Amino acid sequence: MSRIDNTFRRLKEQNKKAFIGFITAGDPTLKDTYELVLKMEQNGLDIIELGVPFSDPMAEGPVIQRANERAMYINVDKIFNMVSELRQRTQIPILFLLYYNSVLSYGRKDFFAACVNSGVDGLIIPDLPFEEKEELSDIAKESGVNIISMVSPTSMDRIKTICHEAEGFVYCVSSLGVTGTRSEFKTDFDSFLGEVRASTDIPAAIGFGISNGQQAAELKKYADGIIIGSAIIRLIEENLEGDFKGKVLEFVHSVREALDN
Amino acid sequence: MKLGRFGEFGGCFAPETLMNSLFELERCYNKLKDDKEFNDKLKFYLSNYANRPSRLYFAETLTQKIGGAKIYLKREDLNHTGSHKINNVLGQALLAKYMGKKRVIAETGAGQHGVAAATVAALFGLECEVFMGSEDMERQALNVYRMEMLGAKVRKVETGTGTLKDATNEALREWTSRANDTYYIIGSVVGPYPYPQIVRDFQRIIGDEVREQMLEIEGRLPDCLVACVGGGSNAMGLFYPFIDDTEVELYGVEAAGDGLDTERHAATITKGRVGVLHGMKSYFLQDNFGQITPVYSISAGLDYPGIGPEHAYLHSINRAKYRAVTDKEAVDAFLLLTKVEGIIPAIESAHAVAYGVTLAKTMPKDKIIVINLSGRGDKDVEQISWFLGNTLKGGQV
Repeated sequence: MSRIDNTFRRLKEQNKKAFIGFITAGDPTLKDTYELVLKMEQNGLDIIELGVPFSDPMAEGPVIQRANERAMYINVDKIFNMVSELRQRTQIPILFLLYYNSVLSYGRKDFFAACVNSGVDGLIIPDLPFEEKEELSDIAKESGVNIISMVSPTSMDRIKTICHEAEGFVYCVSSLGVTGTRSEFKTDFDSFLGEVRASTDIPAAIGFGISNGQQAAELKKYADGIIIGSAIIRLIEENLEGDFKGKVLEFVHSVREALDN
Repeated sequence: MKLGRFGEFGGCFAPETLMNSLFELERCYNKLKDDKEFNDKLKFYLSNYANRPSRLYFAETLTQKIGGAKIYLKREDLNHTGSHKINNVLGQALLAKYMGKKRVIAETGAGQHGVAAATVAALFGLECEVFMGSEDMERQALNVYRMEMLGAKVRKVETGTGTLKDATNEALREWTSRANDTYYIIGSVVGPYPYPQIVRDFQRIIGDEVREQMLEIEGRLPDCLVACVGGGSNAMGLFYPFIDDTEVELYGVEAAGDGLDTERHAATITKGRVGVLHGMKSYFLQDNFGQITPVYSISAGLDYPGIGPEHAYLHSINRAKYRAVTDKEAVDAFLLLTKVEGIIPAIESAHAVAYGVTLAKTMPKDKIIVINLSGRGDKDVEQISWFLGNTLKGGQV
């Protein structure tokens, strides 16, 4: 059983929700990313998503775009090396969030081999929709690396088809637009997540726009997990010269508490 | 069955949030493209508003000066708003109106597509926002004023390299958040399916007219067609109706900037690799890890690291040939056409002129070559004068 499946099963047994955190690998340095992953896990993070920096992150709002720019000096081989090092210390599920060109350019087979060798459990590829899944599905299946499917409030009749082939968990995009914190959500989560639940038994996690523990607590009843990215990265950005790790860990801790209460 | 492919190229690499909007566009377009009322309306605006058909002009003086094949110029520069961009914008804006959208957005590089979009939005009473890179806003300040006067809002894009690529990213992001009331008018044969197909269909009028005009004037098809390619819409519009006429050679001309042996160029097919960006699989200029590399050309309209997927396909099957022309060669051609024919071409189109003239020289006098003069060059006069000033200082002329 994969690390992702294990984690969701364990949390379900404990009657807890998954806290999935996103940071951009290499922001501000790869050593910081390495330390953040380990410490975030100690403070209650269940799954880590690492953004692979890309020159043209089409699905990202300004906060993650700037993180990409800060981390543009690294390449994916260095990230694979860091994941290998992390694997000496932790079994936390590690996902890459990346754009399809990063996989294509590396060579599809080589990329999945590197995922397996270093210990990457899954890929989230915002510009690889259901209709283009074939680009990777055979190689991915063979490698055991999950491709995480996304559904959005505009997916409607597509939800069933997408969920039917989903693996790991279903990434439910909370609202229209790009990543970045929102002050409120207009989405009808009852009907959106209801449709997802009716279509699949695998876990569902909500992401895009969740900015704090309070919002996480409000949304947790709809899903098995909550994904937070921009809110964490903003803390890194605002405290680059100061104790950004401390701020991030404090935040992670507060979200954990909100999810558990 | 793969969606919207040209061989291995094209496809629909868009975020899930946009997929249903793209399918809605596909459905509406497929319904309207054969609809008589829609086509009559489009035809009305193309002829009465945009001044079509554009002329196919025999450039006799230029032909004599070069001393080779007969050179014809397809005068897209004489269209309303000064380039071929209006053909596509009229089509898509009409489509937007039929789809009930009240607001349109567009990306622009040189500003020609943005100006065309702002113009047609004014005509049809649509709210319009144009995304433009900060670098390009500086290079093409006049077009920024034009768009604003036409009632459009120009949104400055400062991320990345501040050029067309980044403006396209930002327009796609905006569309992701407001697809319900907003139509995205893509300016070239790029983007996710069904855009490359739609834009090509609205631009093929260029090639359809050339065929008819050439048969009338010369009684036969031309031997060569030459057009500049950034994203590649004027070239695809010219080439498309001739693809099955294998005796007609097709040449796309990319921007070689400072030269192909430097890092400052935008020669996507000549120097790029297969990749995925802006919703499509095609050739892109990128580094070893797939980061899209900054591109450069004197021409903002060709300053794009990718190319339309149908061009990638025509290249892969060797149906069309792609060549590259430097800034210097393009400026020389710009001056040549201006002095010899009294026609000031857009610096983008001057790339096609440069290669077309080189090609004509090597061909016998009974051969015929058509160069697509995709736009007029008033917008470029200031920049060319800087370029010449700098060159003179360097003592190279």
